[in-house]
Amino acid sequence: MTGIIKKIISSILTIAVVACLVFMAFSLIPGDPAVAKLGTQATPEKLAALRETMGLNKSVPARFVEWIAGVVRGDFGTSYSYSMPVTKLIADKLPVTVILTLYSFILMIAVSVPLAIVAARYENSALDKTIQILSQITMSVPPFFGGIIITLIFGLGLKLFAPGGYVSYSVNAGRFLGYMFWPALAIALPKVAMAFSLLYGGLTTEKRKDYARTAYSRGNSTKDVFYKHLLKNACIPVITFFGMALADMIAGSIVIEQVFSIPGLGRILLTSIQNRDYPVVEAIIVCIAVLVIVSNLLVDILYRVIDPRIITED
Amino acid sequence: MGKNRRYDFNLILGSILTAITTVPALIGMIWTPYDTHTMNNSLKLAKASLMHPFGCDNFGRDLLSRVMEGSATTLLIGLGTVFIGVVIGTFIGALTGYYGGLVDDIFMRFNDVMFSFPSLLLALVFVAVMGSGKIQLLFALGIAFIPSYVRIVRAEYVRARNMDYVKSAKLAGASDMRVMFVHILPNTFKILLNSVLIGFNNAVLAEAGLSFLGIGVQPPDASLGRMLSDAQTYLFNRPGLAIVPGVTLIIMVLGISLLGKREK
Repeated sequence: MTGIIKKIISSILTIAVVACLVFMAFSLIPGDPAVAKLGTQATPEKLAALRETMGLNKSVPARFVEWIAGVVRGDFGTSYSYSMPVTKLIADKLPVTVILTLYSFILMIAVSVPLAIVAARYENSALDKTIQILSQITMSVPPFFGGIIITLIFGLGLKLFAPGGYVSYSVNAGRFLGYMFWPALAIALPKVAMAFSLLYGGLTTEKRKDYARTAYSRGNSTKDVFYKHLLKNACIPVITFFGMALADMIAGSIVIEQVFSIPGLGRILLTSIQNRDYPVVEAIIVCIAVLVIVSNLLVDILYRVIDPRIITED
Repeated sequence: MGKNRRYDFNLILGSILTAITTVPALIGMIWTPYDTHTMNNSLKLAKASLMHPFGCDNFGRDLLSRVMEGSATTLLIGLGTVFIGVVIGTFIGALTGYYGGLVDDIFMRFNDVMFSFPSLLLALVFVAVMGSGKIQLLFALGIAFIPSYVRIVRAEYVRARNMDYVKSAKLAGASDMRVMFVHILPNTFKILLNSVLIGFNNAVLAEAGLSFLGIGVQPPDASLGRMLSDAQTYLFNRPGLAIVPGVTLIIMVLGISLLGKREK
């Protein structure tokens, strides 16, 4: 238990450090956002007035204290280009990215676990070999190209969904989830292949151990031996990968949003990078950092639940 | 026996696939069938023909030439990224792993935080700070890949620092620098080679991803990622514009990962 508390405290510290680094990085960038907004032809009076409203005339440490105080209250300042509070700007886009990430994570587990069990059960069969080759190829497909292929085959070819026909979750949750299945699949596929090969390696090692034979001798069916006995032990090394995959999927969803025209964090992050709208970029990076750190924390806790031996090592 | 043949199979297929993409890329660095920047309205979205084996893009530029130049860019950025990552990562990993202590602790906490972020996201942050373009992209990816190499190299140095050959080298009067870079370093190469291959693949995918997002290689320079993003508009009429660069990317990554499998 103390191990988990320690982890939570260090996660909070990490988030704080990341927030500081992000602010420092963006305040070191040369160039004046006021000039960028008004253009080089602007009168000095107008520039000074804008700097005043943007809070740029204060020293960097003073702005930092103000920014951090705001972030703690969930206030990320005002966007340069949209002239509205950043928090309001990203509040309804954050859930889209989070749902897409979780959707792909669930798909990854739902596909890779049964696939690995089938392949490991019929080791060296034609079915096993086919799955192996397919997984090796899938592993090399980057999600954004996977997304294009999915659009081409299932969207334009088979007409199973309308490319670009995104429906907001607040309008129609069912159609939202139906549309999000395809981008989630594009993100999940390469991860499915990697999770598959790790699980497969674990299962084929575990199934040769004595306890597996004992489980059979006690009258368990093959399905029970794999799902109830082998899977848990084969999962332990794979959980670290699941954690990294979850973090990777957050990055993946930012890219895949562009393929499927989904208005999530990714699109606003990209336009803000191009417009040099730093308050928005800072806010989104901090949000993503929190997502990554929290997902790492959850994986760590899961690890302890599945493999209690780890506690004695603390 | 049977096992050996399987390893050979990975090596042969990996070499062939790598050659299919790298040879045209290497040629593309010095020569392409057509100029890659000249636009030609009469060849706009032209279908595949003898003159243009993959057809032409929306500006009438020869797709084969664009793919050759794009692969070359991707290849160079991938190599450069791995180079920056390995050199700086090895240096930091060697120093922290060999000496240990408080500096090592602080560095490793920082490194673990960096490592827990997907490299694509790190690179995205660096591009946001430094601006987009080929050189910026190279540094952004290079920096983003340092933590993974620091991890690998440091682990090797921690293991090696108490080994007998290191102790005897020290007794023989070798300086710390000599022990680190003459005695221990060659022993890390075997593990490094594998992570270099994996790292190269990740760098290629990250470059393509960032260019796809429009913040990597800037037009009119060709890049596989950028070509994929431009091709989306014409996906219905000319799917080839997306499939050719996409498949090139897959073959490149698949070839290298098969080569990496052989090493295991």
